[in-house]
Amino acid sequence: MTTASLLPALMQLALLLAIAPLTGGVMRIAKARFQTRRGPGILQPYRDLHKLLKKGMVIPDTASWLFGAAPYVVFLSSLLAGLMIPMVAADAPLSFFGGVLAVVYLLGLGRFFLALGGLDSGSSFGGLGSSREMTIAALAEPAMMLAVFTVAIGAGSTNLSTVAHAALGQSWRFFAPSQMLAFAALLIVLIAETGRIPVDNPATHLELTMIHEAMILEYSGPYLALIEWGASIKQLVLMTLLVNTFFPFGLSPAWAAGGLPASLVWYVLKLLLLSGVIVLIETTNAKMRLFRVPELLAVAFVLGALALVSTFLF
Amino acid sequence: MTSIQLLYTALTAYACGAAASLLVARSNRLARFASFGFPLLGALLGIAASLTALVEGTAESAAVASGVPLLEYSVRLDSLSAFFNLALSVLAGAISTYSFGYVAGLPSKSAAILGFFYNVLLLSLTLVFTASNVFFFLIVWEVMAGAAYCLVSFDHGKQETRQAGILFLIMSHAGTALLLLGFLTLASSTGSLSFSAYHHAGGKLPELQRGAVLLLFFFGFGVKAGIIPVHIWLPAAHPVAPSNISALMSGIVIKTGVYGIVRVFFYFFDIVPVWAGTLVLAAGVTSALLGVLYALMEHDLKRLLAYHSIENMGIILIGVGSGLLFRAFERPNLAAVAIVAALYHTLNHAVFKGLLFLGAGSVLHAVHTRNMEQMGGLIRRMPFTAFGFLVGAVAISGLPPLNGFVSEWLTYQALLAGFGATGSLTRIMFPVTGALLALTSALAAACFVKAFGITFLALPRSAEAAEAREAPLSMRFGMGVLAAGCLALGLGATWFLPLFDTVTEQALGVRVSSGLVTADGWSLNAGGAVSTAGIAVALTLLAPIPALLTLLWKRGGDRRTGPVWDCGLPGLTAANQFTATAFSKPLRMVFSAVYRPRREIQADFEVSPYYPRAIRFESEIEPTFEKGLYNPLRSAILAIADRFRAIQAGSVHAYLAYIFVTLILLLVFGARA
Repeated sequence: MTTASLLPALMQLALLLAIAPLTGGVMRIAKARFQTRRGPGILQPYRDLHKLLKKGMVIPDTASWLFGAAPYVVFLSSLLAGLMIPMVAADAPLSFFGGVLAVVYLLGLGRFFLALGGLDSGSSFGGLGSSREMTIAALAEPAMMLAVFTVAIGAGSTNLSTVAHAALGQSWRFFAPSQMLAFAALLIVLIAETGRIPVDNPATHLELTMIHEAMILEYSGPYLALIEWGASIKQLVLMTLLVNTFFPFGLSPAWAAGGLPASLVWYVLKLLLLSGVIVLIETTNAKMRLFRVPELLAVAFVLGALALVSTFLF
Repeated sequence: MTSIQLLYTALTAYACGAAASLLVARSNRLARFASFGFPLLGALLGIAASLTALVEGTAESAAVASGVPLLEYSVRLDSLSAFFNLALSVLAGAISTYSFGYVAGLPSKSAAILGFFYNVLLLSLTLVFTASNVFFFLIVWEVMAGAAYCLVSFDHGKQETRQAGILFLIMSHAGTALLLLGFLTLASSTGSLSFSAYHHAGGKLPELQRGAVLLLFFFGFGVKAGIIPVHIWLPAAHPVAPSNISALMSGIVIKTGVYGIVRVFFYFFDIVPVWAGTLVLAAGVTSALLGVLYALMEHDLKRLLAYHSIENMGIILIGVGSGLLFRAFERPNLAAVAIVAALYHTLNHAVFKGLLFLGAGSVLHAVHTRNMEQMGGLIRRMPFTAFGFLVGAVAISGLPPLNGFVSEWLTYQALLAGFGATGSLTRIMFPVTGALLALTSALAAACFVKAFGITFLALPRSAEAAEAREAPLSMRFGMGVLAAGCLALGLGATWFLPLFDTVTEQALGVRVSSGLVTADGWSLNAGGAVSTAGIAVALTLLAPIPALLTLLWKRGGDRRTGPVWDCGLPGLTAANQFTATAFSKPLRMVFSAVYRPRREIQADFEVSPYYPRAIRFESEIEPTFEKGLYNPLRSAILAIADRFRAIQAGSVHAYLAYIFVTLILLLVFGARA
C-alpha cells in the first residue's frame, strides 16, 4: 500500500465514522415528521454515542472475555467492509483486499461474534436475540447472494470498484429488468439485515421486537456505543452498496480533488433519497410476526432469482 | 530421498507403530509412546514425501510382485495421491500428539489395542491414496474399513456403539460391492487390473456401460464420503468412536470417497457426460444443505460435528461437480479453479474439523457427556480448548480471514464464472448453487454460534461442567497445531496455491496458480480480488480506533462487574439460561417441511395450568431417510431372506445336493465358454 492509496483510505474512514450516525439521525427525524412528531433532532445519535462513551459500564458476572471482544469485532469488521465499497469515488480504497463477497462475509464475522456476545451473559433475552438474528441473517443470505451475483455477472467481477466503473459506463441501465429486480431484492435484504420495520423495530428493545436489541440487552456504556456505532456503519455500508451499484450517478471515477465535492453532494442526495424510501416503508407497514419474516425473505429470494434469469432473457 | 522412498519410510513407521504397540502392551506409558510416537514420525515423513511429490510434479511408482495371480503390490505417488497424503499426514501428526494425553487414562491393554488399530488405519489410508492395482486397492480399502470398524466399536460395552459399528460395516461393504462391480467393468473392457491402464480409458466404454460405471463409482465412493442419501452411518459412527479417532474419521477417512470420485471422474475419464457432472453438483448441494440443517437440530456435540462433515463433503462436491461440468464445456482453466477450490476445502476441512473434534474430545474428557445441554461455562474452566474450538468454529463458518473463507470464496468464484461457461439454460444452475451455498454457510455460522455458545459460554449447566479441568499439555499442543493450521491456510493462501499446480496439470493439463495469485503475491484473483492477509492486517491497523475512542471518553466512567440485568429479573440460574433446543427453535419452525417436528408437552398442575408443578417436554424431528428409504429397504431384505430360509433346512443332504447342482452348472458354463 502506497501513500497514494493511504489518503483515500483515511478520507473514507473519516467519512464512514462521521456520517454513519448521521444517517440514523436523518431517518429518525424523517420518521418523526411522517408521524407528525417533532423528533429528537438530527444530531441525537451523536449525543447518544457521546453519552454512552462517557458512561461507566456493568459487565455481567457470568460473561467471559468474549463479551468484551464482540463489540470490537463488530465495529472493526463493519469499518473494514466500509473501506471495500465505493462511497464518493468509484475506486474503493481497499477494494484490492476483497470485493462484495468479502464485504458480506466480514459483516457475517461481526454478526457471529455479536451473537456469541448475546449468549455469553446467559440471559435468556440475549440467547433469544442471538437465535433470531442468526436465523434471519441465514435466510437473507441467499437472496443477497443472488442479487449480488446478478450485479457481479453484469460487471464481470465481484470487485466493487470494477462494478462501479462498469455501472458508470452505462448510467441508464437501471431500467433493465434485472437491475430493478436485484435492487428490490437487496432492499428487502437491507431492511432485514439492519433490523428495520417490518422485520425488527430499531426503536424499542422489549418483548415485541426481540431481535437485534434483545441480543445486545446486557451491553452498556462504551461497549454499547461501539455496537451502536458499528451497526450504523453496517447500515451505511449496505445503503451505499445499494445506491452506488444501482445509481452510480455523480460517482467520481477516481480520488481526484476536482470531482470529489460534487460527488459527495450526489452521494448525500442519493443517501437521503434511499433513507426516505426506507422510512416510508417503515411508516406505512406494521412489524411482522417473526414467523412471517421468512416469507418476506422468500420473496426477496424469488426476486433475486428472477433478476438472474432476466440477465440473459432481456 | 525421492518421494516414493520417503513414502516407504512413512509406511514403515506406521507398521512399526502397529507392531510395537502390541509388544509393549504391558505398560500404558510405553504403549502410548509406541502407538503415537511412530505415527508422529510417519506423519512427518508423509508430509515430506507429499511435498516432494507435489513440488516436483513427478508420478513415481513402485511395485512388488505378490506371487498371487492378478494381485500386485503397486503404489504410485502422483500429485493427487500426494495431496491427499499431505492432508492425511498433517492431521495424523496433530492427532498423534493429542493422543498421548487422550489415552493416558485408559488401561494399558486398551491403549495398546487402540494404538494398534490407529496405526493400521493410518497405514491403510496411506495405501488407499497410493495403491494403483485394483485388487491391492480393494484390499487396503477393506483393511481401512476393518480398522475403522474396530476403532468405532472401541467402546463396545455400549449398545449404541455396537449398533453404530455394525451399521458402518454394512454400509461400507455395500459401497465396496458397488466399487467392485465398477472395477470389474473397467477391467473387462481394458483387460488390465492396473490403474495406469485405466487413465483415459473410461471414455472408450460404450455409452450404457460408461453411465453404469460412473454411477457405480459415484455411489460406491459416495458411501464412504457420507453424501446424502447414503450418509446414515456417518452421524451414527463418528460420535461413538474415541474423539481422536472421530477427528481422523471426519477429517480424512471420509475424504477417501472424494479421492476415489476425483480419481475416477477426472483421471479415468477424459470427459464425463453433463448429467454426471450435474449429479455430482446436485448431490453436493443436497448434502451441504441437508447436512447443516440436520446439524442445527443436534444437541449431541459430536453428532453435530458429524453432520457438519456431511455439509462440508457437500461443499467439496460442489467444487468437484462444477469442475466436471466446466471440463465438459471445454473450459479447462475454469475446471482447474473449481478443482483447486474443492481440494483446498478438503485440506481445510481436515484441519478445522480435526480441530473441532479434538476440542470436543477435550470437552468430553472433562465433562463426560456429549449432550450440550449439560455443558456451559467451559470458557473459564478450559480457556485453551475454548479458544481452539472458537478458531475452528470461525473457520468452518467460512468467515474471514481463516481458511474456510478462502476455499468457499474460490468455490463462489468458480460458480460465478460458470455462468459464462455455457450458453445453455443450464448455466442458471451455477449462481443458484452459489446462493444455496451462501444459505448453507450462513446456517453453519448459526449452528456454530449455538455449538460454541451453549458449550462454552454463560453458566455451567451441570456439576461436571462446573468442575471441568483443562486438557493436558499434549492435547492442547495437538489442538494448537491445527488452530495454527487454520490461520496459516487462511492468511497464507497465496503461498499454498502453487502446491495445486502439479495436481491440475496432471488432471487437466493446466496450471492456474499464477493466474489466481496476483503479481505481488498479496491477494487472490479470480473474478475479483481478495486478500485474507490484507484483511487481517487491515483489521489490526484499524484496531486502535475503537480502543482510542473508548479511552478518549472514558474519563468519568468506571467498569464494574455485576449480576446479569436480564430485563430486571433477578437470580439467573443455569436452569433459565437459553438452551440449544431453544436456540434452534426458529429454524426448526422455518424448515418444518424438512424436519416434520413432533413435540409433546405434559404439565402437572394443581390449581391453574399457569402454575405447573412439573413439565415434561419432548421434541424430535422425523428421521426422513431412515423412515422413507432405509426402513422399507431393511424390511424388504428381511422378507426376501425369510423366503430363502425355506431352502436352508439344516439337512446336510440338501446342502450336498446344492453343491452338486452348482458344480454341474459351473461345468456347463465352463464348457460353453
